[in-house]
Amino acid sequence: MVANIGYYALIITFLASLYGAGAAAYGALKRKPDFVESGRYAMLLTGPLLTVASAAIIWLLTTGHYEISYVASVTSNSMPTYLKVTALWGGQEGSLVFWAWLMAAFTSAASLRKWDRDREMLPWFIMVTMITLAFFVSLTVFFENPFARLWLSADGQQVTAMLQPAGAVPLNPPDGRGLNPLLRHPGMIIHPPALYLGFVAYVIPYGFAMAALITRRSDDRWIRITRRWTLVAWIFLSLGLILGGRWAYDVLGWGGYWGWDPVEIAALLPWLAGTAFLHSVMVQEKKGMLKHWNMVLIILTYALVLFGTFLSRSGVLSSVHAFAKSAIGPMFFIFIGVTFLVSLSLLINRWEMLKGENFLKSMFSREALFLLNNFLFMGILVVCFWGVIFPLISELITGQKITVGPPFYERANGPLGLGLLILMAIAPLSAYASSTWKTIGRALWKPALVTLLVPIALFVGEIRNPIALAGYTAAALVAFVTLYEFWRGAMARHRRHGENLPLALWRMAGRNPRRYGGYVIHLGVVLMAFGIIGIEIYQTETQASLSRGEQVTLGRYVMTYDDISVFDTNDGRNVARAVVSVYKDGKLVDELYPRKDYYYDSQQAVTIPGTRSMLADDFYVILVGLDPDSRTDATFKIYHNPLVNLIWIGGGVFSLGTIIAVWVSRGRKRASKTSTASGISQA
Amino acid sequence: MSESPKASSGRGKFLLGGFLIVAAIVYLIASSTQAAAQYYLTIDELYAKGDAVGDRDIKLSGVVDGDTIKYDIKTLTLRFTIANVPADLDKIEEAGGLAEALHIALEDPKGARLEVEYIGVMPDLLRHEAQAIVTGRMGGDGIFRADELLLKCPTRYEGEVPLQADGA
Repeated sequence: MVANIGYYALIITFLASLYGAGAAAYGALKRKPDFVESGRYAMLLTGPLLTVASAAIIWLLTTGHYEISYVASVTSNSMPTYLKVTALWGGQEGSLVFWAWLMAAFTSAASLRKWDRDREMLPWFIMVTMITLAFFVSLTVFFENPFARLWLSADGQQVTAMLQPAGAVPLNPPDGRGLNPLLRHPGMIIHPPALYLGFVAYVIPYGFAMAALITRRSDDRWIRITRRWTLVAWIFLSLGLILGGRWAYDVLGWGGYWGWDPVEIAALLPWLAGTAFLHSVMVQEKKGMLKHWNMVLIILTYALVLFGTFLSRSGVLSSVHAFAKSAIGPMFFIFIGVTFLVSLSLLINRWEMLKGENFLKSMFSREALFLLNNFLFMGILVVCFWGVIFPLISELITGQKITVGPPFYERANGPLGLGLLILMAIAPLSAYASSTWKTIGRALWKPALVTLLVPIALFVGEIRNPIALAGYTAAALVAFVTLYEFWRGAMARHRRHGENLPLALWRMAGRNPRRYGGYVIHLGVVLMAFGIIGIEIYQTETQASLSRGEQVTLGRYVMTYDDISVFDTNDGRNVARAVVSVYKDGKLVDELYPRKDYYYDSQQAVTIPGTRSMLADDFYVILVGLDPDSRTDATFKIYHNPLVNLIWIGGGVFSLGTIIAVWVSRGRKRASKTSTASGISQA
Repeated sequence: MSESPKASSGRGKFLLGGFLIVAAIVYLIASSTQAAAQYYLTIDELYAKGDAVGDRDIKLSGVVDGDTIKYDIKTLTLRFTIANVPADLDKIEEAGGLAEALHIALEDPKGARLEVEYIGVMPDLLRHEAQAIVTGRMGGDGIFRADELLLKCPTRYEGEVPLQADGA
């Protein structure tokens, strides 16, 4: 019953989104506002409809309706309720509905804004977003139906179908297969929806960009309207990536957080294009330049969003020996291709209209440096894309599948990342149009002088790895320049208005939230760079088989193995839990409990490291296993991960900066409505 | 007056700069590809190549035979046998998906097999009928020495498969 309601809701959503797209376009072409309005109502209807469908799935998941194939494949009796709810995005069918639901919510929210002078863009925005929504919903209606039931056909085969096949009897399994224990981690529960929120929110700037092209608007209206949406999409995408790294670090037990796996890269690609976009739109707002380029970037970002969804949902590349498990692979491929090509040809058709209003003059002007930033982001994007598709290319050309591993990405992206850091230090000091290396030099020399102390101090402190020295010096330069900028700005206000420093900082950020929010984001990146260099270059590891009371040494740390206990829990696990003491420089600093949990129902072991996490380093112990003879001798693998926490802290600072940029600019927008004479320039 | 020659020389400057950056990126990609390229083979292909592979780094894919998994906890030495899985997408489709293809590959008594040795933590995902992707070199004794081991269990996680990595 509930399954039928959910399925009907999906069908109606599909029809409503098709109608909405058609009615809006027809209304715009024939100049019939009633049709546009009707299309908008259809769009607003998709939100509630998909809410019904999602609620139906959640209800089925939480009440153990294992006759539904999806429920049986992602939940089991032993799972707690919150995991059953989040199983909505635990498998392909459910996550497609979830995707569509987020998209309906976002587009509805965007369509509720006051359209006033942008009225002509509305129908096209509706058309673009509703076509995309129709596509996603059609996948769930025709191919990956989350409401399909399990049946036993007359010849004893198990089949999945919505309606009872002839001669088949309903199957009602007593329990489901359940979510893999490795995925039962808070990071893994928030990580997919965070990524999805980021992915889906990009439909808003994309939709407006297409509407601007169709209506031949050459101004930056579409950028200004979607500025906040772009930041929201970007922050969720960033958070999704960081949370995924955190999950890998906590759960996968190899002391790392990022493995250059194709699925990870698939999520990174739209982030790279989106970050380039975030920077280059400012040039268009300020100088009326790069109009073509911004269109290219948003089209590319959106195509990569679809590509990322496609890769992570279809598994095409996750194993290099590819497999297409479901029918949606080709459908997706066609949709991405059509979206990309239609958008690009629309852009080419409108090419003349988007002529820039200015030219690049100085190599060191803000706009030239932003352009350089875009080059570098695109460079990293091309490197990553090349790495993912290289096996396919090499097979096509040489008939031999050749892959590239993490060393490829590290080697090729390292210098580009360093370039970005250096740019991050210089660009904030530049001005639009006119700055030269001299004006930048004048602003740069003080922080640069302070920065010189960093490599000297590191060298004295026995840190001599050239990559580490270069990376830390560049990161320190960004930090000093950024802090110096804050200081200069606040001091100027202090002198002019007599404000005390905190107030001056606050007002300064409030006056120009995007600039200072951006600086805070840069500081977050600096922290992350410190952490990444720390763990990548200075991670050390050791392993030891110990009897109780024995110890092992790693650098300044000594770990003693105190005890072990093995027991069954009442939720179907067998737990082996060791007790170890950690000494640093001879002093007892912590007691840790590395564990190995064995889940009986899914026959899956999960290794849970014991971690002493400090600002300077993590001491990370894995219980590899117990000696089968003695049952008490245990083997441990130990990692020392310097500065890894700066990655997570940097992620927090990064998010804070984005919130400043989004949230404060919102407050400012309201304020500027009341005072019309606000000609404050924004960077 | 002097605007146009100046603008054009300015443009040349930017074109040159852009060209240099693009060239640098292309160089980085080409040289890194060269440095990090590995053959990606099935077990059949590995045997067909024989000595031609030499001691080059290769990546192999196969399906794990659960009965052969042996782990010496003291030395962290992990040994197991993998069976050949066809790389051909159509064949996998024909078999009814990867999970089925892996199952069939293991059942095939004539299918090529290879013993793998890996030193490190035994991944949680290592189990019967899991797909193993190993990177390493062929030893003279016919045992493949892997320094990286990735595993995948398609039956259980569909698209959202966590790849578990170790070593490297």
